[in-house]
Amino acid sequence: MMEEAREGSLSVSAQTIRVTEAVRDGDALTFIVISQKLSGSGEYHVARTHEDFQWLQQCLFSQEVVPGILGVIFPPLPAKPQLNAPAKVLKQLGFLAMGEDWRMYCMALETYLQQVAAHTTLSKNKCLENFLTSSEPPGRQRVRKGIFNRLSQAMEGMRKEGHKDVDDFFQTERDNNLTLTGCSKSATERFIDVVLTEQKLAVACGHFSTALHLCVEQEEDSAVLAFSNGSVPMIKNYRPLHALICVKLSEVIDSIKRNFESVAENNLSTLGLGLDLESRCQEAEKEMLYRRTCKLVELETASRNAERAKPVKKAAMDELKVAAEKEFDHVSGVAKQEIARFHSTHVELLRQALILWCEKQLETARDTSFRYSQHLQAFKGLGE
Amino acid sequence: MAASSRRNPPPLPGAENQDPLSEMAGEDSDEGEDIFVGNSNPVAEAFQPDTANGEEPADLFSEAETSTAVNSSITTSKSNGVHSDNENDLFAEVSVELSMENPSTTAKSSGAEFTPSLTLSATQPESMEQLEEEKDEDSFDMEVAVTNPEKIGDGMNAYMAYKVSTRTTLPMFRNRTFSVWRRFSDFLGLYEKLSVKHSLNGCIIPPPPEKSVVGMTKVKVGKDDSSSADFVERRRAALERYLQRVVCHPSLLQDPDVREFLERDELPRAVGTHTLSGAGFLKMINRASDAVSKMTIKISDSDAWFDNKLQEVESEELQLRKLHAVVDSLVNHRKELCGNTAVFAKSMAMLGNSEDNTALSRALSQLAEVEDKMETLHQEQAASDFFILAELLADYIRLLGAVRGCFEQRMKTWQRWQEAQSTLQKKREVEAKLLWANKPDKLQQAKEEITEWEGKVTQYERDFDRISVTVRKEFLRFEKQKSKDFKSQIVKYLESLLQSQQRHVKFWEAFLPEAKAIA
Repeated sequence: MMEEAREGSLSVSAQTIRVTEAVRDGDALTFIVISQKLSGSGEYHVARTHEDFQWLQQCLFSQEVVPGILGVIFPPLPAKPQLNAPAKVLKQLGFLAMGEDWRMYCMALETYLQQVAAHTTLSKNKCLENFLTSSEPPGRQRVRKGIFNRLSQAMEGMRKEGHKDVDDFFQTERDNNLTLTGCSKSATERFIDVVLTEQKLAVACGHFSTALHLCVEQEEDSAVLAFSNGSVPMIKNYRPLHALICVKLSEVIDSIKRNFESVAENNLSTLGLGLDLESRCQEAEKEMLYRRTCKLVELETASRNAERAKPVKKAAMDELKVAAEKEFDHVSGVAKQEIARFHSTHVELLRQALILWCEKQLETARDTSFRYSQHLQAFKGLGE
Repeated sequence: MAASSRRNPPPLPGAENQDPLSEMAGEDSDEGEDIFVGNSNPVAEAFQPDTANGEEPADLFSEAETSTAVNSSITTSKSNGVHSDNENDLFAEVSVELSMENPSTTAKSSGAEFTPSLTLSATQPESMEQLEEEKDEDSFDMEVAVTNPEKIGDGMNAYMAYKVSTRTTLPMFRNRTFSVWRRFSDFLGLYEKLSVKHSLNGCIIPPPPEKSVVGMTKVKVGKDDSSSADFVERRRAALERYLQRVVCHPSLLQDPDVREFLERDELPRAVGTHTLSGAGFLKMINRASDAVSKMTIKISDSDAWFDNKLQEVESEELQLRKLHAVVDSLVNHRKELCGNTAVFAKSMAMLGNSEDNTALSRALSQLAEVEDKMETLHQEQAASDFFILAELLADYIRLLGAVRGCFEQRMKTWQRWQEAQSTLQKKREVEAKLLWANKPDKLQQAKEEITEWEGKVTQYERDFDRISVTVRKEFLRFEKQKSKDFKSQIVKYLESLLQSQQRHVKFWEAFLPEAKAIA
């Protein structure tokens, strides 16, 4: 994401925005957001709740002055995290609810902020500056619902998603997006299942290891030690060897456990997050395309009205039609740009996720391989 | 230790155990007997396929030596590599310990001469026993495999036949390699015969695998799914291990029933085996031990040893059961992971297909393939967990039951002796009374009875001593075998784990450039 110099807009560097931790505050979570000043003279530390993030999102939605704002693909904000939430709610959050101390969730918030800050239009919004730099929490007052909201609410009832487009480019994009949204959501959910099973395996290994330890009675511990020092000559009693086998095996099982934990962690923090983001971004594009489709319907309605209008109202209808046309063109224009940008960022996103995933898993696999070969050598030499 | 009461004489003449050194390591003297069973390396070189069955057994056993990994396919029947490798490892170590070489056997022979007085330390190259051995051309060499399960017949009368192949250089067999076909009830019949003959001596008789009505019904009905194949493979492997343990036991190997089982073309159908199942067997043991535990036995050093060992056996059985349950859940989770990985791979393939960008699309498809390969690996690992670890634990749970049975036998023998002693006492009292009452003819009878019972008491005491010796020896042999077994199985498990892991590494290494190639 290339950082362009802007006049009078964001005073912090987009890539340096970090959400470092989530602090529990009773039933709510507070997130620490840190960003570096563009001037290089220091950083901003602020604490924000999810409500603050929602406020920011609403601000962005309600920018009426920007023509064609509806054509923007808004970076998706993760759903509200609930502490002590029922399983169904946590399931909706998917990967973001997994990982210790809400680390995945923080990373998702971080990505959100970075995306907003990197967006040429959105980053100019004063709310963002406010959000990132003000030591006071941003105004909690209800944000005036912008045109955006009113529009999407009005259109909710009517099924316009399937409405045929006038532009091939957009029709294709809508079709593709529909497929991709479904596929990426499905892939994310399947991957969650994989990671959950890996975590279960780690737990089962833990049980196995503990059970093995229980097999070794206390009085044999000293015999075990003697054995592992290689100081036992003639074997008349096989109990010490047996105990040593149990201890060594439990070490092996511990390694297996650690492997599963690492593999699951890697999956979670790289590809898991990546797929989750991809899925939510596809949804965001879907929403934008839908908004545009709604505008299209509006335009077509206005055109029909203008055609059928009685001479008395004709002029007014014509005006409305022209306005609708203009708006639609603006939205389509912005949308086209956004789509192009979206395509390249989403490829880059997945690319980075895949590379990082592969690198981490490769490292873990090599570590584990080494540890297993050590165990094998140790076992082969047992009791000799 | 009463040398004369040894019940497990080796097949070779002469070698009475007089050596004080081996006396001390007497419990380990079976070391010698163990080496020669299933030592496949030397046999591979000495092996001449000179029988009609020559081809197949040769393939069977040479495959065992060259296979380095667990045969992971659950559906093939030629997985005896799993267990023959076991014996390779087993005896590879043992051969290191002994430095004796016999020029009359093959170059790679790991001291392939049988001697009962063999000890762990190779410090007796000049012993009389070894000189005797060198004159003997015999080597105690034995390998069995159970393969090629085949369904014979149809419907509810159908059954599985298994090929039992033997390769040996023992003179008591007609050929060096031979195969026969056996069904499950034949194995149970063998166990029953051996039980009847040897359990009274305090031998630990390896128990056969368990019956399974559900499993067999599926097979009979012709359900052609993986669970049937799994069941058959599991049973085949269990039957193989069972036979291997039987032939590993020096005195059982001598039993003509064993020979007949391995050699004879047609075996008469074993009857009455429907009552003989693993569960039934264990129930029998438990009932016996409940009754016997109520008896008190004289506390002497050796009895304390038996008491201790019995306690150890019982607690170990409990531990193994717990471990088995844990391993079972591990196997199930792995299977779950297989399923999840496969489904995930498909969804990634779909995602890749829908993707416009060519490089990304390709990378995602590659990812799907990698995940597919991982799924195979997970499945293999699950099989490994199961066939190596879980079955090992299950085997030993059953074997410990057999060990307990052994101890029970000893207790029964003691009881018989005690009862004879009390009967003798009563007879003596009767004699005393008769003396007092002065009834000469009845007195004669009483004296005769006393003599008879004195004889019985002596005999039963001897029996008890003998069985005590045997049980003790058997137990130590068992413990040693168990440690070896566990160690070698775990080594095998680790090898499969390592190999699987190395393949994981390769997959990731192959995928990385694909990921980086996305533009």
